[in-house]
Amino acid sequence: MNKADYPVGVRINKVISETHDVKTFILNKEISAKPGQFVMAWIPEVDEKPFTLTGKGKTVSITVKKRGKATSKMHEMKEGDILGVRGPYGHGFDVVGKKIVLVGGGYGSAALLLLAEEAISKGIETTAIIGADTEKNILFADKIEKLGAKLVITTDDGSRGIKGFTTQALEKLLSEEKFDCIYTCGPEIMMYHIVQMGEKNNVPVQASLERWIKCGFGVCGQCVLDPTGLRVCKDGPVFGSADLKKISDFGFFARDKTGAKKEWKDFA
Amino acid sequence: MLKMRSLGIDLKNPFVLSAGILGVSASSLIRAHESGAGTVTTKSISLEAKRGHANPTVIAFEAGLLNAVGLSNPGIDAFLPEIKKVKEKHVPLIANAIGDTPKDIAKVATMAEGAGADLIEINPSCPNVVHKKPYASDPKLLSELTSTVKDAVKIPVLVKLSPNVDKIGALAKTAEDAGADGITAVNTLGPGMIIDIASRKPVLDFKMGGISGPALRPVAVRCVYEIYEAVKIPIIGVGGVTSGRDAMEMMLAGATQVGIGSAVYYRGANAFKKIGDETIELMKEHGYKNTKEITGAAHE
Repeated sequence: MNKADYPVGVRINKVISETHDVKTFILNKEISAKPGQFVMAWIPEVDEKPFTLTGKGKTVSITVKKRGKATSKMHEMKEGDILGVRGPYGHGFDVVGKKIVLVGGGYGSAALLLLAEEAISKGIETTAIIGADTEKNILFADKIEKLGAKLVITTDDGSRGIKGFTTQALEKLLSEEKFDCIYTCGPEIMMYHIVQMGEKNNVPVQASLERWIKCGFGVCGQCVLDPTGLRVCKDGPVFGSADLKKISDFGFFARDKTGAKKEWKDFA
Repeated sequence: MLKMRSLGIDLKNPFVLSAGILGVSASSLIRAHESGAGTVTTKSISLEAKRGHANPTVIAFEAGLLNAVGLSNPGIDAFLPEIKKVKEKHVPLIANAIGDTPKDIAKVATMAEGAGADLIEINPSCPNVVHKKPYASDPKLLSELTSTVKDAVKIPVLVKLSPNVDKIGALAKTAEDAGADGITAVNTLGPGMIIDIASRKPVLDFKMGGISGPALRPVAVRCVYEIYEAVKIPIIGVGGVTSGRDAMEMMLAGATQVGIGSAVYYRGANAFKKIGDETIELMKEHGYKNTKEITGAAHE
């Protein structure tokens, strides 16, 4: 009962630029976690936000896209600066099967890096579809390929890889090959279509969801999914097809900081 | 064995999901009821939407939770559909109403009543915001607030008291005299503070926050004990209950119903069911047939 779940300030050991607006922060802290689990990272006097782990064990890291006030502040931080960390939280991906496909959209690919590493180390044949709107926003494609995954890249504008959406590449792949599981993280509407595709092709899907998270440990109710009452921070962030089919919010609605429900398209 | 009736409502058990825990949406409130909470309480709701504080807002330390969420809520208009959805499932519901003035709080209460809430809980005692006036500790203000809300609604009104006052029994009596139908005791303790030693900064965005969980429990039990001696109206005893043993202790002190909040952190979403099962075991062991026999027994 006497565990502490408050952020503990740790030194940033290294900052790596991944793309024009994504940086990885390697932290001076050891955390053992499952792929897809997350930590809460605290920027003292600014805010605290959830981030998937992109490195574990002795090289714990989080990968951050510059998006709002908190992440902009993080992008100014350098080696030696202090970030607070608590976690890991939630349950991550269950690594199953002999042949799997990962689908990452935009910065969602961050959640798939440790998953690819674990799957490949277990000898699972892994294909990764990594997509973005344009070439400069492709994240971790080369790292995932280097781990030993078969790589497919898509961009909306065709500046790298196949011109089109990740879902189109997945549809083609599913018509040609049989997979044991689809793993995905990215824009929710993309994941929604992937779950539909999984159902049509009889392939289970595991998707990592994003919501406004406050406590991170299942108490405050901020990240709840209607009508199930499932909490993204505690029951997720990774959910399987069976749960996703029951979540009517999935693909369409999320709650803002006040708890008001809004359509995804209305989030800035 | 746990079935009971309080303030005219039949309940499957005495357990109440406390305000501020999980109560952001109907889906959460319904899940809490399905997980064993006899009654559920909404998050504090105000007339207008409130953004609350930045994170960190809720953290756990070695002996409890520390929170300063800052009463974030979407406002009563946006929340009415959630109340209606809870009532479609016939779940006993307490609407927790907040505001800057008695009139504002009464308006929130009236709207919540219109949407089907069974009870109103006035919350003048949140330590995590700057209150315009000390409604929780000044008897005159508390009396004015209570009677204003009482005049506005037909459903029973509970007044939630702070443990951070001198004479909680006297304040409870003030609320009773002003027409309160029940007392919820207590709100969080403190406020307290946790400082990160590496960055040398207080961890919570609001710097300080209310203490709940095990650290609060003995304080809450003492408060309920004192209130029981001062008033005749029922008490919802809340503060750090995480087991059947704790629930029984709270009832012995004088609670008719027992609030559960931080236990969701310690024992999971099914905390209500677990605590309920343990309470039944203890009731059998100690020869109680119903919870009525336990309430206030420490005073005999």
